[in-house]
This record gives sequence, C-alpha cells and structure tokens, in this order.
Amino acid sequence: MSTDRLLEFDDVVARYEPVFGLETHVELGTASKMFCGCATTFGAEPNTHTCPVCLALPGALPVANAAAIEATIRIGLALGCRIATWCRFARKNYFYPDIPKGFQTSQYDEPLCTAGHLDVEVDGETYRVEIERVHLEEDTGKNLHVGGATGRIHGADHSLVDFNRAGIPLVEIVTRPVPGVGAKAPEVARAYVAELREILLALGVSEVRMEQGNLRCDVNTSLAPTGSLEWGTRTETKNVNSLRSVERSVRYEMRRQAALLDDGVRIMQETRHFHEDTGSTSAGRSKEEATDYRYFPEPDLVPMAPDADWVAQLQSDLPELPAARRTRLREEWGIADSEMAWLVNAGALGLVTDTVAAGADPADARKWWLGELSRRAKDDGVELADLAVTPAQVAELCGLVAAGTVNDQLARQVLDGVLAGEGSPQQVVESRGLAVMGESDELGAAVDAAIAGAPDVVEKVRGGKTAALGALVGAVMKETRGKADAATVRRMLEERVLGG
Amino acid sequence: MSTDLTHLDVTALQAALADGSASAVEVTQAHLDAIAAADGGLNSYLHVDALTALATAADVDRRRAAGEELGRLAGVPVALKDVVVTQGVPTTSGSRILEGWLPPYDATVAARLKAAGTVLLGKTNMDEFAMGSSTENSAYGPTRNPWDHDRIPGGSSGGSSAAVAGFLAPWSIGTDTGGSIRQPAAVTGLVGHKPTYGSVSRYGLIAFSSSLDQAGPMARTVADAALMHEVIGGHDPRDSTSIDAPAAPFVEAARQGATGDLSGVTVGVVRELGGEGHAEGYEPGVLAAFQAGVDQLRALGAEVREVSCTSFDLALAAYYLIAPSEASSNLSRFDGVRYGLRVGDDGSRDLDEVMAMTRAQGFGAEVKRRIILGTYALSSGYYEAYYGQAQKVRTLIGRDFAAAFADVDVLVSPTSPIVAFPIGQRVGDPLSMYAADLCTLPASLAGLPAISVPCGLSEGLPVGLQVMAPALADDRCYRVAAALEAAQDAARGGTFLGQLAARA
Repeated sequence: MSTDRLLEFDDVVARYEPVFGLETHVELGTASKMFCGCATTFGAEPNTHTCPVCLALPGALPVANAAAIEATIRIGLALGCRIATWCRFARKNYFYPDIPKGFQTSQYDEPLCTAGHLDVEVDGETYRVEIERVHLEEDTGKNLHVGGATGRIHGADHSLVDFNRAGIPLVEIVTRPVPGVGAKAPEVARAYVAELREILLALGVSEVRMEQGNLRCDVNTSLAPTGSLEWGTRTETKNVNSLRSVERSVRYEMRRQAALLDDGVRIMQETRHFHEDTGSTSAGRSKEEATDYRYFPEPDLVPMAPDADWVAQLQSDLPELPAARRTRLREEWGIADSEMAWLVNAGALGLVTDTVAAGADPADARKWWLGELSRRAKDDGVELADLAVTPAQVAELCGLVAAGTVNDQLARQVLDGVLAGEGSPQQVVESRGLAVMGESDELGAAVDAAIAGAPDVVEKVRGGKTAALGALVGAVMKETRGKADAATVRRMLEERVLGG
Repeated sequence: MSTDLTHLDVTALQAALADGSASAVEVTQAHLDAIAAADGGLNSYLHVDALTALATAADVDRRRAAGEELGRLAGVPVALKDVVVTQGVPTTSGSRILEGWLPPYDATVAARLKAAGTVLLGKTNMDEFAMGSSTENSAYGPTRNPWDHDRIPGGSSGGSSAAVAGFLAPWSIGTDTGGSIRQPAAVTGLVGHKPTYGSVSRYGLIAFSSSLDQAGPMARTVADAALMHEVIGGHDPRDSTSIDAPAAPFVEAARQGATGDLSGVTVGVVRELGGEGHAEGYEPGVLAAFQAGVDQLRALGAEVREVSCTSFDLALAAYYLIAPSEASSNLSRFDGVRYGLRVGDDGSRDLDEVMAMTRAQGFGAEVKRRIILGTYALSSGYYEAYYGQAQKVRTLIGRDFAAAFADVDVLVSPTSPIVAFPIGQRVGDPLSMYAADLCTLPASLAGLPAISVPCGLSEGLPVGLQVMAPALADDRCYRVAAALEAAQDAARGGTFLGQLAARA
C-alpha cells in the first residue's frame, strides 16, 4: 500500500503546470509474428506458437512481416506522419529471460513514421497532441513467477517463460511532451489514448483489447511551478493498461509530485509501476542504473524503403477516420456534440452505427445502447461491446417495439432472453410469450375483472374524475403481467366504464 | 581401394558412383575408415556419425539400383563446419556453451546438401564461434595441419581444411567472416571460396558477424568448389539478406578457366596487400610463390597491372570493431535459459548470476575478448568513434574496390602473409594472430567474392593466391583460379595435394 503524501488536485493545478507524454505499444493483429511464421492468436498453450526464429535458436534469422510494415505505415498516415523513404531496424541489447535473442529488434534513430499529430476533444475543447514517432518492433515473451505471494519475481520460487507472445509485431507510438493543458492533463491523456484506440480500430490493424495487453501505455508526467520556463523532472509510469488507469496515473503522479515539490524534494527521474487496485504508483528502477542498450542497425534485416507510390496508395485507401466519422454521423443523426461525446466515451459509437446500419432508427439505437444496455454492462462489470447481444439483435428489438409487437417493458424481458442465449429477439418473444396482447377476449376479461373489482373507482370515474382511470389501467397491466398495451387498455376501460 | 576412394576429387567420385565402380557405401566406409585411422592425430572432426552416414549411403545405393531419380551429389560424402546447424546432429560452434545441444532444424546449406543426396560424414572442428585464424580457440582442442602436425590448419574453418587436405572428406563447408575459408584453404593447399555476401543463405549458420558471415566450399579442385557453390547457393526466403538474382554458372566458369586461356582478362595486383612499401609482415617465400602465380596468369594471356587501394590499410582496424560489435550482440542469446550449458542454477542464485556464470564458464578467452571489445565499441558515447567510424571505413573500402574494378576484371593478392605457423606460437599475441587475416579482410568488408587457390610452396608449406571479383561475379574467381590451377598441375605433372600424398 502506498504511503505517498498527496496534494489535493485543485491545489496542484493552482500552483503547478503539468506536462505529460505517452508511449503506447500496440500489438498488431497480423496472422503471423513479426519475424517468423508463427501464429499470433491469444490464449494458446504456453510455448506452442514458437519456432527456431522466435525462440532465438542458434543460427535462426528473422524475415520482416510485410503486413506489419504496411499496418505501421497506415497508422503513421492516419496520424498525419511523414513516412520514411529509407529506414532500418535496430537492435536494443539487454539480457532478460523473456527476450530470447538477448536483444529486441526495434527501431532507433530511423523510425518508419515521424512528426504527426492527433487532435482530441475534452469538454468541447480540442487539444492537439503532437506525435513524435511511430515505429515497429517485436513483443517480448511473458514471465510467470511461481511460488511467491505477489506474482512478482521477488519471493518467487521459480519462473516460467512463455514465448508465444515473443515476436508479435508491436507498434510504438510516441507523443511529444504535451504542455499547457493544466487541470485537463489527466483527461486529455485519457482522451488521447481513447481516440488512438478508435483510429486503430477503424484501420483494422489491431483488436486493441486492452485487457489482453493489445494496447499498453507508458505515461510520462512532470510538474513545474506555474510560470516556470523549464519543465520539471519526469517520471515514467509503466504498463498502464486501461483508459481509466491512464487518467488516474497522471492524476496520481501530479498529486504525488506536487506534495514532494512543496516539501522541496527533488523529483527522481525513474520508472514507476501503476497499481490498478489502489490507483497509485510505486518506484521501479531509477534511470541512474538504466541499461545502455547499445543500439546498432540490425544487420540481419535489409533496410525498409517504402515505395512512394505505394505509400500514396495506402494514404488514399485509408478508411474514414473516427473524427470525420463522428462529424458525419452527428450531422446525419442530428445530435449535439455532448451526446456524441457521451456515445464515444461509453464505447457505444460503433455499436450504435452498426445497429443503425442493421435497420434501427438512430434515436432508438442510441437509447438502447446508452440506456438499458449500458446499465447491464455496468452491472455485469463488462465492456458494452462484450455483452452477449449483437447490434443486429438490438436493431431487431427496436423493430419489434416500433411494430408494436412488444412495448418497452416487454422489450427489456426480451433482452433478458437474448442475453441468456435464448436466441434472437423474435425467438425470445415466441418462446417466452412476450407479445403485446391485442384487443382480445382474454384482455376483455381482464378489463371486466378490473371494473368488477373496484366499484368505488368506477364511481369516481363516472363522477368525472377520469384521472382515477389510471388505477384500473394499473390493475389490468398487473393482471396481464405487462403484456398488454397501456393505451389499448385505457381505451377499452373508457368504452366499458363511460361508453354505451 | 579405400585409399584410392579418399583421394578422388568429387568429379571423379561422381563418375565412379555413376558407372558403378564404387558404391556410396564403399565411398562412405572408405572415409570413415580413414577418419578412424588418422583423425586421432588431426582432430579435424568434432562429431562423426558413422551409422547414419552408412544408412544414408545405403539408401542412395538402393535408390540408384531401383532406377530412382537421384540428387546431383548422390552418394558424395561431405563434412560440415560445426557452425552449420544440423537437425538431430550435435552442433557446438566449437563452444562449451552449446555442448550437448541437438538442433531441431537444418541450416539451408545443410538442407540443400542433403537434398542433393550428399552423405554427411560429420561436423568439423573450428575456432569457437568462428573467432580465430588457427583453430586453437576451439573448446575441443586444436586441429593439426596435415602438412605438418605441429602447425595450425588455419582458421576458423581449420577442421574443414584439415579434413579435406588430410583425405578424411572429399570436400567440406566452411564459413568466412574475415577470411575463415580462404586462409585455412591457403595454408592446407586447398581451394576455398567466399561467395558474394548474400549469395549463400546464412539461415542456420550460428552467427558470428551477421554483415560479414558467408558459407562456402572448401575443396581440392576449383571445379569441385564451383560445383558445391552451385548446390548451396541461390536465394533463400528465410534469409532477409539473401540476394534474389540468378547466379552465373560457376562450374562452366571453372571449365572455361581450365582451358588455360586468360586472354582479355585484366588482373590487378593490389599494392597494399604485400606490394612495394607494404611488404612488412609478409614472408619472402609467400611473396615469391605469389609472384610466380601472377607470372603464370600473365603467361596464360592475362593483362597484369598494379592497382592501389589505399583504404585497405584500415581494413584490419575496421574489421576488429565491426565483427566484435555484431558478435557481442549475436552471442547474447547464449544465456543458459533455453538451451545449452547452464551453470549455477542451484536455487541459491538469482537469474543475473546464473546467466553470468553460464557465460563465464561457457565461453573461451577469445570469445570473451571479442564480446568485451564489441560491447565497448557499441556503448553510448563510443559508438560514433568506433562502430560509426568503422562503417565509414567500410564504405571507403567499397569505393576503392569499385574504382579498381572500373579498370580490372579481378584483383589478386596473397591469401595470407604467412604460411601455417606452429601451434601455440601466436596464442599469447592476439594482434599477430589477427594479422593472418590482413589480405582477406578487404573483400569481407566489401561483401565481395574471393577465392584462394594454391600457388606454390614456401618452406614446404602451401601458399595461396587470392582472386577477388566484383559482387555477384563469383564466376570470375572460378575462371581465373581454374586457369592457374590447370597451369600449375600441368607444370607439376599432378595435383597440388598430390605432393602431400606423395610424402605419406
């Protein structure tokens, strides 16, 4: 548990100016690894997706995955980067059991993409985040420390290494430091990662499942007294693996560093670990003992020289990017910025779009995803997209409501069935018998029973207090367990109490 | 019969196998017998697998008898330098750190030789991780020179040179980073060719210096070397640096050269490699034999002129920065985690200690020396001054070659400034050992093809003449070397190695 002293956030931003920057690692969704033909699928038995190349057996050589190079260039283009006409891979040398060659094949001073930007919106304001570089490298294996209490190497009995992940293509996207956003820094950092995630999804280059480690962030944060011409010393918080954590880690570091600076303590340039449970960070290794990686150009791989015509083709083949798409949809759907922001933040934009594409009215689609479905996702602690219902099914449900087959209350019961895996909405309506009751004998009998059961109410209504009719409607709805249409019931009651 | 079969060159062996005068089993058995008889003295093999070799040979004989289609080299025995990864056959690269490792895959070179029907006799000794010029740096003891058992067989492919010169294999695969095919070929009286960088796949060669390593043939005749090169060469999608271009026919170039006509060929003698003002460190007998070889080329019709390549003087310094730098990184994978030796893993030590102990005990002195050199050269703050400068020298050497080849077709020099030296003479003096590579380094740094062909004896020991050509013009090496070989054989009235056989 952290014992850091923290300053209140409002006090921090009253006296200090934060600067943050992000290094984001994205596992590409290519079929094969970066330098060999092994599969990249997640969750296989340990060390089954390995070969001489990704195990770094003596003599094995890498061959670069063309699909990964193409995906990296497309990411660079989507971020407005310059694409290198000639660049190389480089070796980053260090010893660790999860890095089988004793070096990571990465890029150093010759990245594939440089000098881009990404505009993000927070509370209606647009902030420009400059992109320094986008480069291609390979992922490491995974260490499993067995026998300790914490799952960390300290105290472990022994360690196992799984090389299935070793060599999966990894794109690193590095921002320039982002100054001048003040109190918004945590939210801008989060919004940047969220927007980046949307772009990666739109490009189709990665599943971007943060919980599977497809997207991992290192967050740099520093503080300087407001008005200072120099930036403060930064810390680098490693492996921040959810949007919420990005925001929390910046906020925490700002509060922690401010408390230290208030006490006149120098900030150490160090890497820190983020703890999901407490939202705090703790010290990792300090940069003073940092490794000299002895980068040099990778002699086993020929340089990359993307052809200008090919890059131009990739540029023109880029899909509609999220910002443009949002603008277009906002206009098509006639909704406000704030509602669009809500859709995006809820992770619902794609789902709503797909639901509309499947035939639903945009307003109905939004209502379902932001309302009932968001509630259920929250209750179950899952992402909206992970609910066991497809946009097509939601569209079908909207259709059933629009056609009057079910009302809103019944529709929620239909949803229960769909989420329970009972089939399509139509199938659930049939199997559970959830269709709205028409003006049938059965409904007539329920209406008559309600009239007979409440002579005093009937008197009041006949005496002119028509509002009392609501009690009779309620009785009928209760009797029919919600399957009746309230308007129909009201009309039938009016006819039988007041009419003829 | 046995002795005869081990003394045939490959072309003659192929004829004997084809006309039925010898079976593959007989040929293999003859070599296994010779190894059993003589390798105790030479120590040229680290591993011999007699049973598998005989089974492979028997399979060739059976298929030949059944009239099945056979590979181009069916039944021809071969020895592979132990740097070449062979599936199911121990591969150590001359190091303790890989003792006991059984590779699960074949190097492309090994696979191509296998597909051609060759019979693998065994794996040959070498300087550990190919670092050395004498094979004294092997973790498994030095190999001896068949011409004089008290002398080195060259290196790092000294097991491959001794086995072929000692009639324990008809030919072999060597690898050359700074001269490790050519220099051992020269000091044992063989033909050794380092192909154009990228023309033979490096997949499955245990890497020493990735930008320099090349596998190539070591044989008793230029024609045999050309034949092996044709079999192992060509594009390999598993090696990113492999060249995807058709190669000139090497066997045909050797045949053409053997006709003895070099009219129209311009030969440049590199002044900086033993010429006037640059002869320090070159033995007079070596220079004399080289001069005799050049005179023979002129007699065959070649136009000979002197060429100056001033940057070659910097080659040694540049090489000993680039090769150790790449090696320091290439050898990082030997950490005891996945294969090979692991030292100190008794539960009382942490990971860093186990890695350090494994590497401390697994690597020999020369390997450690080069890892330290390379680590230093790549370190932050030193990179530009060392690795960066060395790369610039490499560019200059390439330019000198390009300028020279604008005027001449091939360049020639002695292959080594010295003949085979006595075992133990230079182990305490790395710089004098490194000087053995003086003549071979420029072509290595420029990625160019270069062949060593015998040109005479000095103090009764072989001297090699090196022929260098532009990239992908390996055929010129074979043509010129074959012409010299034919002229010398004719003058001598026998093969170069026949002189060694006659002594026995």
